[in-house]
Amino acid sequence: MTTVKKLGTYAQNTWCPGCGNFGILASIKKALTDLEEDGLDLNKVAIASGIGCHAKIVDYINVNSFYSIHGRVPPPMTGIKLANPELTVIGFAGDGDAYGEGIEHLIFSAKRNLNLTFIVHNNRVYGLTTGQFTPTSPPGFKGRSTPKGSPEDPLNPIELMLASGATFVARAYTKNMKHLQSLIKAAVNHKGFSFIDVLQPCFTFFNTYDYYNERVYEFDEQDHDASDLNAAFVKAREWIYGEGDRIPIGIFYQVQKPTYEERLLAGRIPVQSTPKDIRPVLDKHL
Amino acid sequence: MKEISILIGGKAGDGIRQAGHVIARILNRIGYRIFFYDDYPSLIRGGHNFSIIRAAEKRILAHKDSVDIIIALNQETVENHKHRLNTDGAILYDSKKSDAQGIGLDFMDIVKKFDGKPIMRNTAAVGALAGILNFEWAVVKKVIMDAVEKDADLNLKIARNAYDRIETPLKSLPKLDQKSLPLVSGNEAIALGAVKAGLNMYIAYPMTPASAILHYLAAYENELGVVTVHPESEIGVALMALGAAYAGARAMVGTSGGGFALMTEALSLAGQGELPMVIVEAQRPGPSTGVPTYTMQGDLAFVIHGGHGEFLRVVLAPGDAEEAFYMAGLAMNLAWKFQIPTFVLSDKHLSESMFSFEADLDRVKPDNPLLWNNQGEYKRYLDTENGISPLAFPGNPSAVVKATSYEHDENGITTEDPEGIARMQRKRLRKRKALEVELENYETVKVYGNPDSKTILLCWGSTKGVCVEVAETLNLKVVQPLVLEPLPIGPLKKALSGADKILDVEVNASGQLAKLLSAHGLCIDDMILRFDARPFTVDGLLDKVKEVIQ
Repeated sequence: MTTVKKLGTYAQNTWCPGCGNFGILASIKKALTDLEEDGLDLNKVAIASGIGCHAKIVDYINVNSFYSIHGRVPPPMTGIKLANPELTVIGFAGDGDAYGEGIEHLIFSAKRNLNLTFIVHNNRVYGLTTGQFTPTSPPGFKGRSTPKGSPEDPLNPIELMLASGATFVARAYTKNMKHLQSLIKAAVNHKGFSFIDVLQPCFTFFNTYDYYNERVYEFDEQDHDASDLNAAFVKAREWIYGEGDRIPIGIFYQVQKPTYEERLLAGRIPVQSTPKDIRPVLDKHL
Repeated sequence: MKEISILIGGKAGDGIRQAGHVIARILNRIGYRIFFYDDYPSLIRGGHNFSIIRAAEKRILAHKDSVDIIIALNQETVENHKHRLNTDGAILYDSKKSDAQGIGLDFMDIVKKFDGKPIMRNTAAVGALAGILNFEWAVVKKVIMDAVEKDADLNLKIARNAYDRIETPLKSLPKLDQKSLPLVSGNEAIALGAVKAGLNMYIAYPMTPASAILHYLAAYENELGVVTVHPESEIGVALMALGAAYAGARAMVGTSGGGFALMTEALSLAGQGELPMVIVEAQRPGPSTGVPTYTMQGDLAFVIHGGHGEFLRVVLAPGDAEEAFYMAGLAMNLAWKFQIPTFVLSDKHLSESMFSFEADLDRVKPDNPLLWNNQGEYKRYLDTENGISPLAFPGNPSAVVKATSYEHDENGITTEDPEGIARMQRKRLRKRKALEVELENYETVKVYGNPDSKTILLCWGSTKGVCVEVAETLNLKVVQPLVLEPLPIGPLKKALSGADKILDVEVNASGQLAKLLSAHGLCIDDMILRFDARPFTVDGLLDKVKEVIQ
């Protein structure tokens, strides 16, 4: 069995001290070792990331990985999964990545319901480019590109994913690590597109620890019917990434639907297939 | 040479291309070699569509401006094209819709007689043509049965009625004692070549003139054993293909210039991550939306230089259906052998024209890439003598496979170390040498016509067919590089040596091949460029070349 320690690499961790990303890294490692105990073959896991502070996570985990480019995490994940549906594919993206540059891919991933897990490190600020507003920054956010305050209202990714057809929609907070680990495991075990928006404070450019510590609360199936789409929307609107006293974290929505790979591949595994003789097709051209 | 050219024209929605195909297939069945040109505007209904079917005893790769028969389903066809008619030619026209000197038949009257749909006027036209050229009814019947998917019986009745209404044939086109060949478009040949080289997945967003590759592979998915995917955008397309390649599937994507523009960030990632990828770029006139359903060779420089950073790529430019088949196979094999992006550079004229296809199918087969031997610790970017690192794929029980867009060490972990950066860049570019050696096994530059001629027509891609025919008429030499990157300098210099006059023939406004050659010290003497979005025709180019060489 792999230990959390063995899942690490020699890459030097370059996140700032206090970065919320550490919580996500520790949680995914713990979740992976737990999942391995439950029978997951870690050699059949492929992880992917975009560009930004979050993306370094693939260098820090000793499993197969595809370090993609900004905004483009879902497409290579989709290619990997369609080429070899036997792989478990987990993607990591920043909020600029997922909700800005690559939002089309995120929406389509949810719409298709491909069996993937997608974890957004949502710090609501561009960190690696040193502090600009993102699609989920609060209204009036003063960043280096918006010194007078952001002129945009934030996007609510939970609502967006519900509207786009995701079959597993959740939110977590990096300080609630046990909760985050359990959500990651539930997401990987869910057959379909699993989405977790992880509230992840950026200690350097947007320190939201106190803000979240005061407001975040966990909910579970006793408080909320996750199979009810309307209830999920209502829950999602409790906090719209701006004003609000209470921030719910947990599984907003989870249902079973046929997956994209089931519908598209119908049992075919491209990496194991060999093309057939072209002659019978050519004969139709006479 | 026994040959005939037939133009059929009408509105979009009249079934012009389909009728043209049926005519081409009939001529194919009686032993003729075919070139089929399709001309249509970017709309669904209305406008003016026409197809030219040229059939000859010998293999032909181009059409002519002049034609022997015009089939007019509307008056516009008569007016637009009557100047093309050869002196002994004839116009077959729908007498309810148009007026002309020639043979008029009320196509709609025939269709109505059998309660057919208005589009079946095209079948009446085919039947009448068969009568005019005295085709054996059995051949016509067989082709209609094979070609028409819906209401074949009804179409047969309509065709037969029109056939019978022609009392005296205009001429008898003799049946030739040659076997029929498959009629294949450039796009279909590309698809089949890729399949033959082991294509697992074709991923594309629709864009004229590449869309037919997607349609064709999607239609024959099961027969050919290929998975086709239509994603959200060309950005999604290119990155899905890279993900698929990382997982071990042979993937190809197809698009035109505008779609390729969106793929350039993924192209660069293929360069950095050493991910195999085949891109079909079927050019159409730009800049921007340009003229979407017409042809141009305007993206050569773009395809050679697209993408940020410095990395290796291969650009192959087939000029006919057989070359499209071979080049697609070669593009796939080179992509995997060298773990690089490779291109099949086509254009509307090659992609959508149809050819009598006679390729050696067994010449294309999947070459094995360099696979890891499962010994020791796997390093995705192992620094080797020729720069090629052994491949392993996720799921391998003893390898951790890390692909990345960042500069990286041998394991695929990010590095900013100056020595490490330079080492990896050298490793990747070192593959060029091995690639050039590999390409020596292939014909990279083709020569046609009179090898001793001091006048050379230089061309690439779809312009080849028309140049070869003009050169045969004027006893000139033709030089056609099939590989445009890395440019085969040695073979090109050899092919061009001893010439008094090198005439560059391209379908673009600036002579992009000439510019490329001049960067390598190879100078051309004159250029014949066409950039009105139409391809050269045999008679059109013949006049132009005569003007320049006299």
